[in-house]
Amino acid sequence: MTQKIIVIGAGMASGRVLETLYDNGADVDVTLFNAEPRGNYNRIMLSPVLAGDQTYQDIVTHDDAWYAERNVTCRFGERVATIDRTAKTVTAENGDVLAYDKLVFGTGSNPFMIPLPGHDLDGVIAYRDLEDTEKMMGLGEGNKAVVIGGGLLGLEAAAGMAARGVDVTVVHIMGHLMERQLDEAAGYLLRKALVDKGITVKCSANSKEILGENGKVKALMLDDGTELPCDLLVMAVGIRPNVALAKECGLAVGKGIHVDDQMLTSDENVLAVGECVEHNGAIFGLVAPLYDQAKVAGQTLMGEEAAFVQKELSTKLKVTGCDLFSAGDFAEGEGREDIVFRDPARGVYKRLVIEENKVVGAVFYGDTADSNWFFGLIKDKTDIADMRETLIFGPAFQGGEPQDPMAAVAALADDAEICGCNGVSKAQVVAAINAGANTLDAVKAVSKAGSSCGSCSGLVEQLLSVTLGDEFVMPEKETVCKCTDLTHDEVRKLIKMKGLKSLPAVMQELTWSTPDGCHVCRPALNYYMVCEWPGEYADDGKSRFINERVHANIQKDGTYSVVPRMLGGITNPKELRAIADVADKFDVPTVKVTGGQRIDLLGVKKEDLPAIWYDLGQAGMMSGQAYAKGLRTVKTCVGTDHCRFGTQDSTGLGIQIEKAMWGAWSPHKFKLAVSGCPRNCAEATCKDLGIICVDSGYQILVGGAAGLDLRETDLLCQVATEEEALEYSCAFYQLYREGAQYLHRPYKWISKVGLDWVKEQIVEDADNRKALAERFHYSQQFFQVDPWAERARKGVDKHEFEPLADLTTSKVAAE
Amino acid sequence: MSQFIDIGAVEDIPQRGARLVKSPLGEIAVFRTAKDEIFAVDEWLPGKAGPLSNGIQHDTRVTDPMRNWVFDLATGEAQGADEGRVRVWETRIEEGRILITQQIMGELRAAE
Ligand SMILES: Cc1cc2nc3c(=O)[nH]c(=O)nc-3n(C[C@H](O)[C@H](O)[C@H](O)COP(=O)(O)OP(=O)(O)OC[C@H]3O[C@@H](n4cnc5c(N)ncnc54)[C@H](O)[C@@H]3O)c2cc1C
Repeated sequence: MTQKIIVIGAGMASGRVLETLYDNGADVDVTLFNAEPRGNYNRIMLSPVLAGDQTYQDIVTHDDAWYAERNVTCRFGERVATIDRTAKTVTAENGDVLAYDKLVFGTGSNPFMIPLPGHDLDGVIAYRDLEDTEKMMGLGEGNKAVVIGGGLLGLEAAAGMAARGVDVTVVHIMGHLMERQLDEAAGYLLRKALVDKGITVKCSANSKEILGENGKVKALMLDDGTELPCDLLVMAVGIRPNVALAKECGLAVGKGIHVDDQMLTSDENVLAVGECVEHNGAIFGLVAPLYDQAKVAGQTLMGEEAAFVQKELSTKLKVTGCDLFSAGDFAEGEGREDIVFRDPARGVYKRLVIEENKVVGAVFYGDTADSNWFFGLIKDKTDIADMRETLIFGPAFQGGEPQDPMAAVAALADDAEICGCNGVSKAQVVAAINAGANTLDAVKAVSKAGSSCGSCSGLVEQLLSVTLGDEFVMPEKETVCKCTDLTHDEVRKLIKMKGLKSLPAVMQELTWSTPDGCHVCRPALNYYMVCEWPGEYADDGKSRFINERVHANIQKDGTYSVVPRMLGGITNPKELRAIADVADKFDVPTVKVTGGQRIDLLGVKKEDLPAIWYDLGQAGMMSGQAYAKGLRTVKTCVGTDHCRFGTQDSTGLGIQIEKAMWGAWSPHKFKLAVSGCPRNCAEATCKDLGIICVDSGYQILVGGAAGLDLRETDLLCQVATEEEALEYSCAFYQLYREGAQYLHRPYKWISKVGLDWVKEQIVEDADNRKALAERFHYSQQFFQVDPWAERARKGVDKHEFEPLADLTTSKVAAE
Repeated sequence: MSQFIDIGAVEDIPQRGARLVKSPLGEIAVFRTAKDEIFAVDEWLPGKAGPLSNGIQHDTRVTDPMRNWVFDLATGEAQGADEGRVRVWETRIEEGRILITQQIMGELRAAE
């Protein structure tokens, strides 16, 4: 007997159900409803249509003739309005009532629209069907579009419109693009490729409101107040299974319509396939599993045995020039290991996640040629123990070369400046090597590269190795950490030369061997970029040690210490009263005078920090940055103000210097002192920078230490005026900030570069000194922001200070 | 079967961040990784390490802020040469909310 089947939705899944039925000669009479005014087309190919690579005609899967040949009754542009499962009938929108033996749901899903103010304006669309695509195709040069959502759909929409000359901005709430499929490293490369296509990408950006004019979209406003003008706004932030109709007729529905392995719903005469279903708690958003479902549903309808099994999924992005592939589970975890391969010259990143000798996940960017082979390894759970060493090179390269640690240097442009001191480019160094200079010393002698501060020696050695191959033996060197083969100096130089401004950028371009670094390299890289790109680099708090992250010093019991700044060690009754008041109010157990001439409140609870800072702020005090690898204090004596021996206003100068320098970050802490006479009451001779006032001016002393190492300062020079003392001090600090390796105090750095070189840079070269001081002041405009005020008044990093939950009090409630 | 308590939204913890939960059994550090996984471990390994919510996170590991011990968040096991283990508490994410095992309520459970 002919089965009467009604299908709701002519989508990709239900289309396959029909094919299964007709290909197997099933005796069926099908009525096909579709809300869209057309039959089945290949929805995933809307993106190539948008980009202009294909036309709608190319992507139709079932045309009128196909339906006609099979006697399918097509009711396109018509919705099913209601269902009566007891009577086994459906009612169409026009009131027609049709009986069925079997009913098939293939209603797909609805794009999720964030209910932002203005989301119902004209020109705010989703990306789901041909109508949406046509609206985007209506734009061209001179138009602007904003896409909310940096996932697969959003990026395909953005790239498609950009290919038509539209000025597109993608606004993504997470820190990197396609965060569900890609890790940060691949996300960074993808972003770079899209930016190269002229697309503006804003990550970690929160949309606040859609602005309109005469009922039509005009701009998107972000929560930081930025307005992004647009003629069209596309929301591609996710989908929700379309279950309204199923719910109304009383089928079991969770996130999607519940189905069993046979694709039967809670009613044995009703089946469901596609994105509208929920199977074993999972919902679906890619076509591969939907095709499997469709086949099973077809077999179930024909009375055959079949069962749907969920399989591993993989994703590719259909944007020309952005080759990416992601499959399986690439979250890190217990017993999991990564194999990472990076080729910065080709923009390639590959990462395999291995667990128990099996590949469980893969993320590739830039070279996806072998992705199917790897996907096979994941699906088949192949044991890879035997090919582990060369696995990452793919099937053709078993036995290939290991990753080249020299890749980053080899990829540098010819005009990249290797030696900043003497202005020597890569091409000049290579020319010297080719002309016979085959040792570091020879290159130094011939090209002058590395002959001054020496911080580029490592790079010169790498160029020797790249140019001469095995003829040159690389000396052993101290790398930043186990994540890289590069030294601190090399990393710093490369960050500058290659313009690297984010952690993923550094790790990709400099071939980091781990996906996101470790606690040794992350803080160092963060500092190098803070120093190199003031105002441009977004400081990554998560790469800072706790003291710098919460702006207080952690103590051994987990409490904190709070030290407000007292410029030059000068305070007054108002400040002292405020300190006494907070000590009382917050039960501060210990109040101590520090060696840096200020007051330390010890034993403060983390939760109380913002409130204490607020009170101290009310009295005009700010953070003393006693926790920072940065400017700490300027200790002074009373100088000519009160002392009969004083030769200059040492307190005044100390205050001026501290005013100029507070807030600066450096490779390590930086302490100063100004003494008013050679009796040196401020102990300037063991500071990172000390000034001793004499009758004829100011002696500037550098490189002292009074910690684990004890070292007396060396005289840098003597200057005549306060202005000069300030300029020389700032120039010295900047030279140290720019040159020293992270966690090296100035004395260590000076012992490496030599005091003579420091003198050359600061004393002998006036232009250079002025330029250093200028760079310092430029940078300071971004860093002289009191971090305490930001946290106490503006709620910055609130999460750092408040517990997520306090369950100790609920005890009472439960009793 | 173990019961779960809602302690907040995933969004309440920044990626690669951590926050504290105070429980009758002591302080618990709840971590959100760069991949949005959630892990909960004891804040302290008494006499040895902690407070871990203040450490630097990398992969699914955290480096103790005091002595640089590195702990695997999934197992609580100290890595490398250091020996020790912090307790790990089962968590789940449901509809963007973080659920933690009722076991952190200690003897309360027995009273139910
Ligand atoms: C632009 C774009 C690109 C994509 N790219 C990829 C990709 O590269 N790879 C991949 O795997 N997946 C991709 N997808 C996802 C893929 O297209 C979907 O997973 C797939 O189309 C879902 O199939 P379906 O049959 O469940 O639903 P759909 O194809 O959405 O079909 C459902 C149909 O049901 C109709 N309908 C709904 N309610 C009713 C009703 N009450 N009465 C009548 N009709 C109704 C709808 O109008 C719709 O036509 C992409 C999706 C889009 C939008």
